[in-house]
Amino acid sequence: MSQHIVTGPERSRGDALLEIHGLCVDYGQGSDAVHAVTDVDLVLHRGEVLGLAGESGSGKSTLAMAATRLLREPGVITAGEVRLHYDTGSVADLLEAGTGALRVLRWSEVSLVIQSAMNALNPVMSIRTQLTDALAAHVPDMSRRSRRDRAVELLGMVGISADRLGSHPHELSGGMRQRVMIAMALALRPQIVIMDEPTTALDVVTQREILEELIDLRDRFGFAILFITHDLSLLIEIADSIAVMYAGRLVERASAQALFRAPRHPYTLGLLHSFPALHGPRVPMTGIPGSPPDLRMLPSGCVFHPRCRFALARCADDAPPLAATGTGGRVVACWLQHPPESAPTELARPEPGLEAWAPPATADGQAATQGGSAA
Amino acid sequence: MRTIARRLAFYAATAIVAISVDFLIPRIIPGNPVNAILARMQGATLSKATIAGLDEQYGVNTKTSLWTQYIHFWGNVLHGNLGTSTSNGFVAVSTVIREALPWTLGLVGVATVISFVLGTLIGVLVAWRRGTWLDNLLPATTFFQAAPYFFIAFLAIDLFSTKLGWLPSGQGHQDLDFPALNWTYISDVLDHAVLPALTIVVASAAGWIISMRNVMVTTMDEDYVLVAAAKGLHRRRVIWYAARNAVLPSISGFSLAIGFIVSGALLTEIVFSYPGLGLLLVNAVSDNDYALLQGLFLIITLAVLAANLIADFVYVFLDPRIRQEA
Amino acid sequence: MAVGIGTDRATGAASAPGSLPAAGGRSRAWRLPRSPKIIVGLVMLAVFVIIAIIGPLIAPYNPNVSFANSSVPLPPSGAHWLGTTALQQDVLSQLLSGGRSTLLVALIAGVIATALSVIIGVTAGYLGGLADDVLSMLANIFLVMPALPLLMILFGFLGHSSADNDLVVALVISITGWAWGARVLRAQTLSLRNRDYVDSARLIGESNWRIIGTEIVPNLVPVIASSFLFTVLYGVGTYTAIAFLGYVNPDHWSWGSMLFYSQEVNAETSGYWWWFVPPGLAVAFLGTSLALLNFGIDEFVNPRLRAAGLSGHPSRRTRGRTRQSFGQTAVIRADRGRP
Ligand SMILES: Nc1ncnc2c1ncn2[C@@H]1O[C@H](COP(=O)(O)OP(=O)(O)O)[C@@H](O)[C@H]1O
Ligand code: SF4
Ligand SMILES: [Mg+2]
Repeated sequence: MSQHIVTGPERSRGDALLEIHGLCVDYGQGSDAVHAVTDVDLVLHRGEVLGLAGESGSGKSTLAMAATRLLREPGVITAGEVRLHYDTGSVADLLEAGTGALRVLRWSEVSLVIQSAMNALNPVMSIRTQLTDALAAHVPDMSRRSRRDRAVELLGMVGISADRLGSHPHELSGGMRQRVMIAMALALRPQIVIMDEPTTALDVVTQREILEELIDLRDRFGFAILFITHDLSLLIEIADSIAVMYAGRLVERASAQALFRAPRHPYTLGLLHSFPALHGPRVPMTGIPGSPPDLRMLPSGCVFHPRCRFALARCADDAPPLAATGTGGRVVACWLQHPPESAPTELARPEPGLEAWAPPATADGQAATQGGSAA
Repeated sequence: MRTIARRLAFYAATAIVAISVDFLIPRIIPGNPVNAILARMQGATLSKATIAGLDEQYGVNTKTSLWTQYIHFWGNVLHGNLGTSTSNGFVAVSTVIREALPWTLGLVGVATVISFVLGTLIGVLVAWRRGTWLDNLLPATTFFQAAPYFFIAFLAIDLFSTKLGWLPSGQGHQDLDFPALNWTYISDVLDHAVLPALTIVVASAAGWIISMRNVMVTTMDEDYVLVAAAKGLHRRRVIWYAARNAVLPSISGFSLAIGFIVSGALLTEIVFSYPGLGLLLVNAVSDNDYALLQGLFLIITLAVLAANLIADFVYVFLDPRIRQEA
Repeated sequence: MAVGIGTDRATGAASAPGSLPAAGGRSRAWRLPRSPKIIVGLVMLAVFVIIAIIGPLIAPYNPNVSFANSSVPLPPSGAHWLGTTALQQDVLSQLLSGGRSTLLVALIAGVIATALSVIIGVTAGYLGGLADDVLSMLANIFLVMPALPLLMILFGFLGHSSADNDLVVALVISITGWAWGARVLRAQTLSLRNRDYVDSARLIGESNWRIIGTEIVPNLVPVIASSFLFTVLYGVGTYTAIAFLGYVNPDHWSWGSMLFYSQEVNAETSGYWWWFVPPGLAVAFLGTSLALLNFGIDEFVNPRLRAAGLSGHPSRRTRGRTRQSFGQTAVIRADRGRP
């Protein structure tokens, strides 16, 4: 395990770290199964912040939990592969891994921060216990003393003083609890941190502070983040590339800039209008009419067509493929973009001309400029 | 300490009610208990003073007001004076109870702890293995939960004592000369305690299994259990994350359960002729030994309150949220 | 539980209070859930009710009549399917005759105790304040006091003859059995009291009694039903225990008194199992049927409790396919006709 602990920012960025191919996830089996995730392809690169957006209920959490095999019953994975690339160059398919193998790679390779910090920490155990037990499980030869030192160091990284070690979750504020979760997620210096709505339950000020700390930590340690949120405007500030989900499918994937400045899918466009940008002038929030479909009775053709204001005649019958369009590795599932000439002006703005993903110069600064240039 | 203080106040109130019930029942219920005692003691000549003492104890033929009697009653209770046991040669009730109490405390105390630990562990396992054959344990559990303790005692005796001859079917010990701290005596006492204890454990563990299983099933849905699994902790540690929380409602439910367990255990003692409080209780009723009956009611209630207080301390110890507030 | 029966109330207490889902209107409260537990429980209970009604009529013999002078009970035979007692009475006939009093007393006790617990629990929860404090304290005191010694002190002073009266026995049982229901109902009332529709009823000036009668109580039906079943269960156990101790009218048979007579001659140490096993099983299965119904209601109120085995349709999703293991999502490759 020790090789995971010495890895740091010097890792080369850019090559694939977690590859999800053709992932399908159902709730339940047989005829009344709910198809919560359908045929998702997603690649998380080394050091990248990959955003996963979509209305709530679109299958974001299901995707993340299934990819890590943490999804609870009645969730079942029905197809696909999830390939994890180790530092050493070896590759593991998480969907084929047994209990033991999963236990070893969990937290040391992939860690998790989930939404409600209140419930993510065990209410009857001290912060110290919860910080150190992952160390104890993964690094058996680590002494009690050094586990404690590491816990202090981790708390320090998120700005919490060492005297909080003995506290219990109910004694901490919501923001502190989420910081503890983040510190905990970094305990074994994983390559990947999955964050499912990590700041949704927090007030805006705390949310900002934590996001900034997070980006700092990312720059220091170079881990990749799969950042899940329903709040697309937040992703645009921190993510390198963004994937948008609708009804369990990916509908568009592009670099954050490209997606923000030049959305290609009507659903992405709708999402962009659903939230005021954190920075920049306010734009009227038009959102998306209607509500997400019942996964048991999905519409025919393009699953978005009942809510799509650009829908074509064929959209009700033919499902559009998720196919490459334009430059920079963007993929979109919409007939308007195949061929792109048929797209209306809102969906045909010029590409900002960036690569799909390139390491951001200063993640934080760049994010701000992105937001600032919203007008 | 606030939680404990509040619970203490409640137990004090309960004790006051129990003592008042003790005082009031002979005075409210129609009939003359002293006559009943005298009828029962037919033949034995009682001195005038003894009869006057009984009159006073039950508020018969007396001119003093109810309130004065009540105050007097309290005085007696606080001095540990619970009257004399008419069916035990007018020995002080406290003496009679003192002889029987250790048997009951030992048997019921040990059996209750075993049953709680065992039931809780099984409950955890059944919840963790939800959806497997272990679920079929639940209907069986329901059966044992519904079967009277004394019926289970019958079955235990029939099987392990009468048919298999493994264990004695009654009494607390062989007729050895005197209780002694030697191995023969101790192993003999243990031998006699196994079947009654087994009965109490089998009859009461079902409740703990079901309550633990139900809370555990809900607790396993909590995010922190998911996080424990995500941390790659060992399965036992993940179960511990959930069980450590799920046991709390069982402990706070202890106060409700213990009264029922004690009632069942007393009946079990009766079947086994175990020399504890249960046997005293039936004999007191059949012999019209009212003072003993009242004393037993009081002592058993106080013992149950003490058990509750212990459960409270355990709870406070296990739940940091209460601990800090306390 | 109870004196005898063995149902620890912790079970109910852990799941029941505070878990009633928002019953927006009252229609939900009335819908009868159809889970296997409820069905099995109902069928078993129906059998017992039928035995209670026609049992004494279909009994092959008079349960009091001795067939011979021997004092050695006879094992089951063609003439006596369940053998005979030490008085050479027919065990099967006693068994068939013994259900009526048990069910009747338990039912009366259940009705009285449930009425008490609804009155006290709902009043405490609805009024709040001092009334709540006093009534809750009372209920808690009754809960924590061990029932058997209390019953015995009551019967001790009442004298044996009073215990011959079934109504007195039912009354005494209900005095020791109302508190649990009152506690649960209080908690539920408390949570209903602040719901919108109660507020609006209060705003348009409905009287407290009307609100309790039309808005609160109808929404408490599942909880009242569960506490009624629980009290009947308690009544069955307690009545059997009292009869086992020999404190009920010896003129009519009950399963408890069968156990009493068998214990009198040490049937359990003499191997006369056919004498005490049938009445014991009868009580246990009657209790099981009531407990199953009760769990069915609990699961209706809190669907997460359902087990895969005896539970209803919710687990149809996973039934019989694969075992799910927490922390290791199942991978079942299935072609579901991807787009
Ligand atoms: N246990 C479950 N059983 C059936 N359907 C579920 C279950 N859990 C979630 N779903 C469905 O799966 C879909 C995706 O849920 P989720 O992954 O939580 O969405 P998101 O994280 O994007 O909000 C939702 O439509 C939800 O209704
Ligand atoms: S394929 Fe048709 S319905 Fe679907 S998003 Fe594109 S235009 Fe709208
Ligand atoms: Mg989610």
